[in-house]
This record gives sequence, structure tokens and C-alpha cells, in this order.
Amino acid sequence: MNTIVVSKQISHSPLIELHGVTKVYGTGGAAMHALRGIDLRIDQGEFVAVMGPSGSGKSTCMNILGCLDTPASGAYLFKGVDVGKLSRDQRALLRRNYLGFVFQGYNLLNRTSALENVELPLIYRGTPAVERRERALKALEAVGPKGWKSHTPGELSGGQQQRVAIARAIVTDPKVLLADELTGNLDSAHSREIMELLTSFNSERSITIVMVTHEPDMAAYAGRIIRFLDGVIDSESG
Amino acid sequence: MVTLGGGATVQVSEQIASLGSNLLMITPGQRIGMGQRSAAVAFDVDDAEAIARDIGSISAVAPSSSQGVTVVFGNKNWSTKVTGIDGQYFKVRNWTIESGREFVSSELRAGKAVCILGATVRKELFGGQDPLGSNIRMEKVSCQVIGILEAKGQSTMGTDRDDLILIPLRTFQRRIAGNQDIGLIQVSVQDGVSTDKVKQDIEQLMRVRRHISPSEDDSFSVRDMKEIAKMLTGTTQVLTALLGAVAAVSLLVGGIGIMNIMLVSVTERTREIGVRLAIGALTREVLMQFLVEAIVLSSFGGLFGIVLALTASVGLARVLQVPFVFNSGIVVIAFFFSAAVGVIFGYFPARQAARMDPIEALRHE
Repeated sequence: MNTIVVSKQISHSPLIELHGVTKVYGTGGAAMHALRGIDLRIDQGEFVAVMGPSGSGKSTCMNILGCLDTPASGAYLFKGVDVGKLSRDQRALLRRNYLGFVFQGYNLLNRTSALENVELPLIYRGTPAVERRERALKALEAVGPKGWKSHTPGELSGGQQQRVAIARAIVTDPKVLLADELTGNLDSAHSREIMELLTSFNSERSITIVMVTHEPDMAAYAGRIIRFLDGVIDSESG
Repeated sequence: MVTLGGGATVQVSEQIASLGSNLLMITPGQRIGMGQRSAAVAFDVDDAEAIARDIGSISAVAPSSSQGVTVVFGNKNWSTKVTGIDGQYFKVRNWTIESGREFVSSELRAGKAVCILGATVRKELFGGQDPLGSNIRMEKVSCQVIGILEAKGQSTMGTDRDDLILIPLRTFQRRIAGNQDIGLIQVSVQDGVSTDKVKQDIEQLMRVRRHISPSEDDSFSVRDMKEIAKMLTGTTQVLTALLGAVAAVSLLVGGIGIMNIMLVSVTERTREIGVRLAIGALTREVLMQFLVEAIVLSSFGGLFGIVLALTASVGLARVLQVPFVFNSGIVVIAFFFSAAVGVIFGYFPARQAARMDPIEALRHE
């Protein structure tokens, strides 16, 4: 029911718009201003890299973009819908239907196979079992060689786990893929492979990608680079 | 536990049936309280005859009188109870002869020195020997064994019902008690006739015979086996309830155990919950997941418990000599109870999981 409400309001407005978004942690004297007024616009099909030192507010901004968190003030419009006004479950439905996440440190479920990990978002979407399996297999094939589907995360290398995590993020054909430090734990060769994978999803499937990274080499793959400093956007390039 | 309690209840009912559920017991004196009884004049043979003659709808009357004695055979002796009987005592008390014979009417009339032994007395005095035809001595009376009663085993109250000797009432009065008293008149009511009605008739008859004025209390009491049955089954039902209460406490303890396990599970899987929430799981979906896990856990526990309990009940029932009564209703209730324990004690941990902040959960180490 919530999806209907969301989809009705979908117009030809930009995919993502932030207007004067702030975020404060704590209260009073101990208050920490993570974001001090962010204005940002990301269009469908963009590939954006987010950079900045730790504590600059980029992770907080990613949480807000991922509908995991809501702004303290200002507005976050996703396809024209004010996310800040949605309930917890409405935001969950938004994530389920439009967003894909690749977390720092993969965050795969340890006791389940790679295939089952990839199937997980489809389970919550209520996709029938046969179609679910088919799409999960296709997503796994898209990120790498066959043959891992029955392996558990513990049996896969870091790069392989990252690929499974990406497969899980794209299996639902999301509008936006949000990635946090996805090459942080990988060597440069593997990192490049992963980045090429993302670039191909961006260009072939026109999935919008927002990626946090510390490495300028990786950021170079993006079409646009946004730099955070002390809770504001310091500069934009590209 | 409830099964064991139920078994005990059934056992009591069976014992009372073995005594004859249509039995009335008439004793002199009025019960004042537990085990207390007002002093009163005993009955005599005429009372029993009057009942047999004047009261309708009765199938048997058995006057009797008892006394503790020491019996001697050879170099063995045994303290037991000797009961002088008359009329249809065997019928009224559902006794059957295992070997030998009952008293014949000439023996009863003449007060012959013959006796019938209960199984315990026979075992204690004779061991493996055949006692029929032997003479045993009680007090100063020597009497011949003519029959052995079939064993009845222990009563609900824990007394040995086979520890007795039966002799003709007249023999008892003349040779042992030295008076004409009758301590107990037992009456069997015909099948299908209300014992309450017969009880009232007997009370009336006895009041007349004893010249009790309407303002006076009865100097005797007529007890219905149903009353005794009610009392005894009441006792075992209390026992069943008590066992149930013990079971309820262990259920509570088990439930807290499940809650603990689920809380640990939720804590250990914080990151998993974070992932699930982040990819779009709704609060209620996470809640259901952990609730179902708790229910599965407790249901398996329930199944295991039922198997264990039934095995233990069979064994215990054998040891305690209580019949094993399989009550499928209790088993079903037990299973659903354990599932319900899962729901109740799994709800709190599940809600804890469902309400997590996905950002915090993902950051959890």
C-alpha cells in the first residue's frame, strides 16, 4: 500500500534532491553537527563518488540517502517524495523497491550460501521461488564466474564476497546503488575489477551509483566527485 | 505429571468400584471429626435382620465385627485383624475365594471354629505350604483353615487389604469378643436404585429401633461409598492440580530459558538483522522471523519433553503401582503449551530485534 503512495508521487523530478539537510547527534553542549546544510542533486544514471576525511559527514549523508536515517532539518526528496515524512516501514519499502546497498565489510549472512544471500532481497519483495532463483543466478553470473553459488561466505575470498554482495545489491534492479568503501579491503587489481563491474552496471543498466571512497584512483571511475569537509560539501568536480 | 495424577484418580475409582459403589456402611456412633466418633451402643444381630427384612431395594446385608488378634501357627505368629462375618459379606465386599471354600450356613449358624485367610496372613504363617485343613490359633481359639481369599493388594490409603482373617460372626462373638455386638453393617443396594433413598430408609428405621427422638442426633451413621469416593478422588485431584502447578513452574523456567537463548541469538545476529532491515525488511517481518524461530525451538522442546515424559510416566507408574493412563488430550495441550511458551517468551527478544536501528545494527561488531 505504501508503494502505491510512493509511486503515485513519482514524477519527472530529479532522482535525488537534498535541500539544506542537517543532522545532529546528541543534544546540548555535547551535540555533534554531522551535517550542516547539504544541497545536492543526483540525476538518474549518474555515477557519483563521495570523498572526504573521516568525520566529515559523508557516512551520515549516505545513511540519509539510503533512507536508513532521516534529516534533522531540511528535506530529502527521493523521486519527489519527502523521505523525512515517511514512517519506518515506508522507508523500508522504499529501500526494498528502489535501493541496493553494498556495505563496508560485505555483511553477507554467514550461515547461508552465496545464492541464498543474493536471493534475500527478493524474498522480502515476495518474488516467487522459481523466479527468485533464476534472478539470483543471473545476478551472480553478472558479477563473476560461476561455481560459488553453494559456497558460504566463509569459503569465499574477500573479492569474491564483495562480488556476492554486489550481486545481492543489484538483483532487485534498483534505481540507486549505494556503496560504502567497497574496495577498502581489496588489493588494487581486485579493486579495479570491482570498479569496472560497477561502471558496466552504471552504463549498461543505467543504475545510479553513489559510492563512498577514500581512494582517488577509485573515485576516478565516477562521473562526478563530491568532497565533504566538516559537514558541508567542500567541492564538486566532474 | 498430569498423566500420573490422572492415573492415581483412576486407581482410586477402580478401588472403590472393587468395594462396590452401591455400598452403604452403617456404623454405630456419629463421626464428629476426622477419626473421632461419639461413643455409642453397638448394633446387634437383630438390627441387621431388621434392615434385611424392612428395607426394600437392597441386594445383600452383611453384619460384621472386627478385632485385632495375634495368630499362631507352629512357631510363627502374626498380628492381624479378625473379622466375624455373616450373611452376604463376600458379595458385599467383592471378595472371591482363591482356594478352598466359603463358610456354609451350618457353620455360620453353629459358630464353628473355621476360618478363611487373607493372602498376607497366609504368606506370613504358611509361606509356601498349603494351609487348607491346618489349624491356627488366635487368642485361645483354635480354628481350621478352610479357604484362602484372592489377593486385593494395597488400598488407596496404603493399608494392606489382604491382612485379615474371616471367621463366622457367631464364632467371633462367642469365642473372641465375648459379646453380641456388631461393629459394622454393610448393605449392598440393588443396581439402578438410588443409594440416597435406601440410606434415608435405613436412617429412619434405625432411629425408630433406637428410640431416638426427633430432637436428638443420630447415634449411628450411614455412609455412602459415593461420599467416600468423592472424598478420595478429591484428594487425588488436588494431587493432580499440585503436580500441574509444579509443571507450570518448570514451564516458566523453561520459558525464561528460551527467552535467554533468543536474546543471545538476537545479539549475536545483530549485523544480520541490520542487513535485513537495510535491504527492506519490515519491522513485523523481522519480528515474525524471530518469533517463528522461538516457536520452532519450543515446539521441538515440547515434542522431546512429551516423549521423555511419556517414557518416564510409564516407568514411574510401574514403580508406584499406579495404572498408566494415556491421555491424548493432555499430550496435545502440552504440545500447544510449549508452542505458546515460545510465542510468549520469544516475543520480547523478537521485538528487540525488530526495533533495532539498522545503522547501529550494521555497525555492531
